Amino acid sequence: MRVLDPARRVIATAALMMIAGLACAQEFEIEDRRTYPGTGSATLRVISTADLDVIEPFLLRFQAANPEVGVDYVVASSSELNRAIRGGAEFDLALSSAMDLQFTLANDGFAQSYRSGVTDALPDWARWRDQLFAFTAEPAVIVINEARFSGLPLPRTRAELVTMLRDNPDRFAGGVGTYDLRVSGLGYLFATQEARSSDAYWRLTEVMGRLNARLYCCSSQMIDDVASGDLALAYNVLGSYAEQRLDQDAGLAILPLEDFANVMLRTALIPVTAVEVGAAATMLDALLREGMGQGTAEPVLPPLQTRGEADQLPFGPIRLGPALMVYLDRLNRESFLEAWNAAMVQQ
Amino acid sequence: MSVQPGWPIARKLTLFLAAIVALLALVSWGMVTSFAREAAGRTQDNILAASATSIAETLRSEGGQVRLELPYAAFSMLGAISEDRVFYRVAAGDDVLTGYADLDGPNVTPGEPSFATLPYRDMNVRAVSVMRVILADGEAVPITVTLAQTRGGVQGIAAGLSRQAAYLSVAVFLLAVGMSAFAVRASLRPLNTMAQHVSTRGPSDLRPLRRRGPPELMPLVRALNRLMDRLEGSIKRSEDFIAEAAHRVRTPLAIVRTQAEIALHSVEEEAQKQTLRRVIRAVDDSSRSASQLLDHAMVSFRADDLARERVNLPALAEGVADALRPTAEMKDIDIALAMSPAEVEGDAILIQNALRNVLDNAIKYSPAETIVRISVGNGGGEARIAVSDEGPGFGEEPAAHLTERFKRGDKVEGVVGSGLGLTIAEEALSAHGGRLELGRNLEGGGACVSLILPAA
Repeated sequence: MRVLDPARRVIATAALMMIAGLACAQEFEIEDRRTYPGTGSATLRVISTADLDVIEPFLLRFQAANPEVGVDYVVASSSELNRAIRGGAEFDLALSSAMDLQFTLANDGFAQSYRSGVTDALPDWARWRDQLFAFTAEPAVIVINEARFSGLPLPRTRAELVTMLRDNPDRFAGGVGTYDLRVSGLGYLFATQEARSSDAYWRLTEVMGRLNARLYCCSSQMIDDVASGDLALAYNVLGSYAEQRLDQDAGLAILPLEDFANVMLRTALIPVTAVEVGAAATMLDALLREGMGQGTAEPVLPPLQTRGEADQLPFGPIRLGPALMVYLDRLNRESFLEAWNAAMVQQ
Repeated sequence: MSVQPGWPIARKLTLFLAAIVALLALVSWGMVTSFAREAAGRTQDNILAASATSIAETLRSEGGQVRLELPYAAFSMLGAISEDRVFYRVAAGDDVLTGYADLDGPNVTPGEPSFATLPYRDMNVRAVSVMRVILADGEAVPITVTLAQTRGGVQGIAAGLSRQAAYLSVAVFLLAVGMSAFAVRASLRPLNTMAQHVSTRGPSDLRPLRRRGPPELMPLVRALNRLMDRLEGSIKRSEDFIAEAAHRVRTPLAIVRTQAEIALHSVEEEAQKQTLRRVIRAVDDSSRSASQLLDHAMVSFRADDLARERVNLPALAEGVADALRPTAEMKDIDIALAMSPAEVEGDAILIQNALRNVLDNAIKYSPAETIVRISVGNGGGEARIAVSDEGPGFGEEPAAHLTERFKRGDKVEGVVGSGLGLTIAEEALSAHGGRLELGRNLEGGGACVSLILPAA
């Protein structure tokens, strides 16, 4: 087992936080921060899991439309974001890819309600209680280095992938990467949802464990290593990040699997601690308009499909609802990680 | 005569019914609302209980440790019907195994879920607790699973149903008010028809009401009929009285006249003769008035029950002219007849009476040695008997009021009369659907009275 960036390791899990129900201000780690001063006095403080180089075009568009609003954009991991909001840190908007953590924030009363014509236009499955709003639909994908698959037929299902990995231990030993579920909230969400959908997940985990899979905190590092050839395959990478890298890095490919794909909804909420609520609402509306494909420019992140298209997918997006709390439960998390450890970390 | 109208029955009834319907609509809306709240609450309780039970079912002991796995379905069913916030707690006594430590559920005994609505954090939640006893290390450990959900969904469903019930109640109310207004009007229609029936009757039509009607109206009909009966009786009695009085006066008058004439022939002195002539003229006038009163009573009586027989007008006119010729000759007045055939349907005696009164008037008001002309003719669906004289005429005044009882024209100085003649003629004619026309004699300058009847 190898964790690439121990600095980002999260010790206190979100679930423990939730149970404690504490609301005292706590320190949290930030990964990146950039401020965009506006002409007015208002500064909109956004905390987000989306990397700056991904979201910056949107922020610039927002500032062009609202030059008086300054933006203070803070990037943090999903669990740090969760910790910050629970700790009472003052932010006006929280954008996160961890649906489950965002859901518990809203459920536990850390989000305020907001309604507008834009939120009303959202499909029902993309909002919860007028507090949590989905603005992207991002699938988990498998990224491969094509060179390392040369001469092998590409698998089309997870079962075929399991067979291929098992049959070629020499080729793939140490060449498979996936999220470290103990560290990555998003990896944990994808893993639990997948385990719920298919028993292939556990067989795959076992095979990956046997191949001495490398564990990562974040999608971008996995993609880096696949591009460099260190990894042959990265499992459950965020599709939106992978797509952006396909053009830059030759030999990088997304392995399309036909059995199913988990689709995560990136969600936004206005924390109860928000000060610039008006500006937050303006940005939220702009985000949702882009998410519904009504923006002025190409969206920076994959938009929500309309209902019709979503129905055509064999698996819709992960549902926003109390069920998301289940795997965040301390006992459930312990037992899931125990099983995962047993399968993955076979020392 | 004006009657001060009170509240119309129709409006009163409609308002009364509307008030009843409004009350019923309100009551039923209230009941539906409370049922909806109850039903929605029970639905939530059932789902909460099912969810909590399915969590409790996963409790087990493993190596002396109590283990559980929250089932995905337990929570996804809570999210299926509403977007309510969910809180849970699993505890062994005061030892919280997992969930929200500060959530306190209702007290519970094993086997039976217990429910309560409790304040939690900043809102009210519906909570259910179920208890299951687990054997861990040979020791019975009671484990309580508490599951709580906010009540937004339940209240939303109840409010939605209540709103629908309100719309329905309003619709039922409007419909019922419209229908009761219609029903009230329909129920009151016999009353209106009866009123209309009574008010369109002729002035002397005092026959009892024979219309069929609802039994509620029968007392009114009977009372009306009794009233008309009494009225008719009283009119009849007064007319009988007048006729009787006139009749009784006439006979002694005839005797007085005979005696006066005898006396006139036997006295020599001119002054006495003058006196006696005046007596005779006065007796004549009284006798004529008495006859006219009798005529009038007779016309009223016969007009009520009009005979319908063919009447030959020239023959009738000739008979009347013959009867009055002696009176005319006393003043050297000639009666000239111009006949063409005309027939009407009606009561010959009444028409005779009418003509006699008109002719009598003409003779009375004509100067001596003039001619009274009677012409009978037929034209335009009407038969016409015109009597014209060379007297003073009706003057410049409108002539219509002269047919009123005891009204006399302004050219009557020196002529004694009762004022009943034209009234009698008018009544007799209108009983036949005809009329009396008073005009000017274009040839001689006197009056011209036309009796007009619908031709047969």
